Formats: sequence, structure tokens, C-alpha cells
Amino acid sequence: MKLEGRRIFRGKTTGEVLFSSEDISFYGGCDPETGEIVEKSHPLEGKSVSGKVLVFPTGKGSTVGSYVLYALSKAGMAPLAIVNEATDPVVAVGCIIGEIPAIDQINIDKLEDGQKVEVDADAGVISILEQ
Amino acid sequence: MISLGLRLTAEEEEMLDGRRGNATAKAMEIITTLGEIYGAERLIPVSSVQIAGVSYHNLGEAGLEYLAEMAEDGQTRVLTTLNPAGMDLEEWKKHGISPDFAANQKRVIEAFAKMGVITTCTCTPYLVGNLPHYGEHIAWAESSAVAFANSVIGARTNREGGPSALAAALTGRTAEYGLHLDENRHAEVKYEIETELHNTDDFGLLGQVIGNRTKNAIPYIAGVPRATSEELKSFCASIATYGGVALFHIEKITPNRTPIPEKIETVTKSDLDNARKELDDEGATIDFISVGCPHASIGEIARIAEMLDGKKVSEKKTVWITTAKPTKDLAIKMGYYDKIEEAGAYLVSDACCAVAPLKGRFTGLMTDSAKACFYARGKNNFKTEIRTVEECIEEAIS
Repeated sequence: MKLEGRRIFRGKTTGEVLFSSEDISFYGGCDPETGEIVEKSHPLEGKSVSGKVLVFPTGKGSTVGSYVLYALSKAGMAPLAIVNEATDPVVAVGCIIGEIPAIDQINIDKLEDGQKVEVDADAGVISILEQ
Repeated sequence: MISLGLRLTAEEEEMLDGRRGNATAKAMEIITTLGEIYGAERLIPVSSVQIAGVSYHNLGEAGLEYLAEMAEDGQTRVLTTLNPAGMDLEEWKKHGISPDFAANQKRVIEAFAKMGVITTCTCTPYLVGNLPHYGEHIAWAESSAVAFANSVIGARTNREGGPSALAAALTGRTAEYGLHLDENRHAEVKYEIETELHNTDDFGLLGQVIGNRTKNAIPYIAGVPRATSEELKSFCASIATYGGVALFHIEKITPNRTPIPEKIETVTKSDLDNARKELDDEGATIDFISVGCPHASIGEIARIAEMLDGKKVSEKKTVWITTAKPTKDLAIKMGYYDKIEEAGAYLVSDACCAVAPLKGRFTGLMTDSAKACFYARGKNNFKTEIRTVEECIEEAIS
């Protein structure tokens, strides 16, 4: 199955979905060195976004969050790609400066944890390879 | 790769494709992507930029690394100043800042300086030479300054993040969306103020009440007969902190034209009293007093110097009067600095109590600023009390 959206930042990658039904604040909500979600009672609390196709509705919180995505990228701990319903400016800028492939305008309810997917951000398409 | 919606000029295309250097290309990519997300049709020139994300305390090593990368070949194209840093860039030692922090903070400032940024660090750029005029398109980041520029001055800016403001500085452009467009600047809710407002603290509390209620809806405020510039800057800081408001209208005080909304809310004395109670923590032991959020004007500093003249700050208390460096220089010339410092208070420039590394150093903050209360609680775990400037100074010397 293919889902069509819009390119936020270029790139192509294949990986496993880490799904969050809740918005993510990278500043204060995600450890910039390990990629672990540290926001209390967040559905992803204790899980690392590193090396995953990170799927969540939209970003929230401080604009400093862009630098957290940049830090993760520099440390080799960034998500492989980011998929949103609607990308907010903090996450968009973080993906650009951290060079993380990203797409939005995706109906994320079609995605779930552990699926293997291909993200073609240039075309704005995510393909589910294995359930 | 740009969608058909956003059209670029030949010069902008050159910036995007790397012919004007790597930093400019990265900056243009940020601006065009935001433009696409928000459906902009073109980019517009900006004449002034104010960048947030300057304190090393917030930026961290990652932010610094990004700035250093951009500084390799990036140069500002328009007047650009900075938001407060985490310390007074000259007198940091006597304010108890660690040498390690100071060294890192200086690296941040050096990266900005290399790009041609004017490294005065203030949330009130409009008081020290970065002053746009009515209708001018700018790209500012500090939330209280954004509210002041849009509302009190009538310039036009979205609420930029650190990297997007820097991107505007390096390209001289922003995407035309949001508050740059007439149709997005109209008031949405009318607030009738049915109480008297006296000082900066009252205006801060009003910002807290309206901010909490209106969230992002643009308020039209009636029933405020007069306000000083200092009271308006306090209101801007508070309404942007508690509500994310980047633009408001006050009848007969602010210059923008707007249809008057039909939806009406009222603000009464008891609303203001409740807001004050909300910011007054029980059992607060005040050991830190800070005035100057947003940065104090020269007029405010003159009054504080007068109040502190010949007095002594209690040994158990630390007092920070925070301001912009050019204002501090003027205060030195006028003898205000000596009066303040001889009393044992500090006139701190380039920094503020919201972004300095103060966690663990104090337990209770007294301030005239509703915004300062918010950050003192959230970032530093201080208890807070909000009072007039006079009461803050009385507390300091008691």
C-alpha cells in the first residue's frame, strides 16, 4: 500500500515504523544524545526515535526543538525519517538542518508500530512493504 | 524542487542552488520550505532581523555547532541583533556564572559576530537601534518583541524560531504568509477591560488573563485609557508567554486598523486579582529580585537608581536589574549604574533571569513581570511573587 503526501525534506530510506498518537516536543521531550523520549506519560516515553521511521501527528513546544533534531543527526542518533499529518515549523526546520527525510499530509492512522516501510520524501510517498 | 505555488526570483534561485554559498543555500531551503508549508506565493525582503536561541543554556553544543557551520560562509544581509544570552558578556564573573559556561557562551557570540550580527543581546531591540517602522516587513524571534513590533509599532513579522530568523538574516528574505498579510491581522475577539491598570505588573497580569483566554486568537482590547511604553512591553511579554499571541490591538493606543470583532469578553478586577494569586506562591522565601523582563528602559533604570540611592540590599538577597548593553552604557554615563551597584544590586546587561543558568541558586523570585514568573517556575523551580517595581526594590532593601 502507498500513502501519498508532501515532501518536507528530501531523501529516501527504508525502515521500521515507530508510531506515536501524541504530538512530540523535541526540546525537553527527547534526549538530544540518545534519542530517547523523556516526556512524562508520553506514549513513547522510554523508547528511542533513533534509526526509526518516526510517525506522529505534529510537533509541539519550543523552537529550540529544531536544534535537538540537528543534535541527533550529528550524533548519528536521528530518526531515519519523519512522517507527520501536518509538519510544524519546529520539526520542519529541524529536518532541514539535520537533513532528515520528512513528509507530511499523510493519514497516519494507516501506519502502525513495527511495519517495514519505504519513505520516498522526494516523491512525498510512503510505501508499506511488510505489515 | 519548488512547488508551483512558490515563485522565486533569479537571485533567490541562486541563493537556493548554492551559487551564493552553503550557508545561504541552507538558509534559503529553510525559508522556501516554510513558505511551501504555509502556502506562500513569494518571498519578500525583510529589513530587520532579531534572532532568538542565544543563551548557551538553551542552545547547547548542538545549537552552537549549527551556528559555527553556518558561520563558515554565512553573512547577514540586513540589520540583525540578538536575544538575551545566558550572562552579562563582560561582568559575568561577579554574577556567579561559571568560567565553563562563560567560555561556551562566548563561542556562541563569536559565531554570530563572524556572520556580521550586531551582538547586542536584548529582548527589546526596538529600544536600542533595531527599530522598524509601521508596515515594515521584518523577521523577529523573541516572542515579546514580536508582539511589540506587530502591535505597538505596526511592523509585520511572524514568530520566527532561531534557525528561521537566522535564515532571514542570511538571505534578507522571508516567505510571505501569516502576519505579513493583511487578511491575517484582523482582531478576532474583543476584550472589554473593566478594571484600572496602574503599573507594569498590572499590565503583565492583564496579558496573562487575556493570553490564557484567547490562546492564538487576535484580541481587540478596549477600555485601556493610557499605557506607557514600559507597560506595553510588559503586556507584550505576558500575552505572548501565556497565550502565544503575536499581534493584538488596543483601542486608541496601537496603530493597526482592524474590524472590531462581535465576540466580546470582559476582564474584571477579580480576573486580575485571581491572576495575581495564581503567580503568588504560598510560602515563597524571596532571595532573588529581578526587574527587567523585558529589558528595562533607561527611564525604568533611572527610577530604580533613585530608589536604591544610599540604600543597601539585604545580604540574603540578590538583585538583578536586566537591560540591553547600550542602555547600561547610558546608565553608567548618567551615574545610575553606580547608585545601583553601590547599593549591592547588579545592573546586568545582555542577559535575563529567564535564560541565565540560575537553577539551584535561588528559591524565591520577586519580580514585576508575569513572564519572568512563568520561566522562574518552569525552568528553575523557583517560587514566585509578582509586585510593582517599587515593592520589589523595597523587598530588596528590607
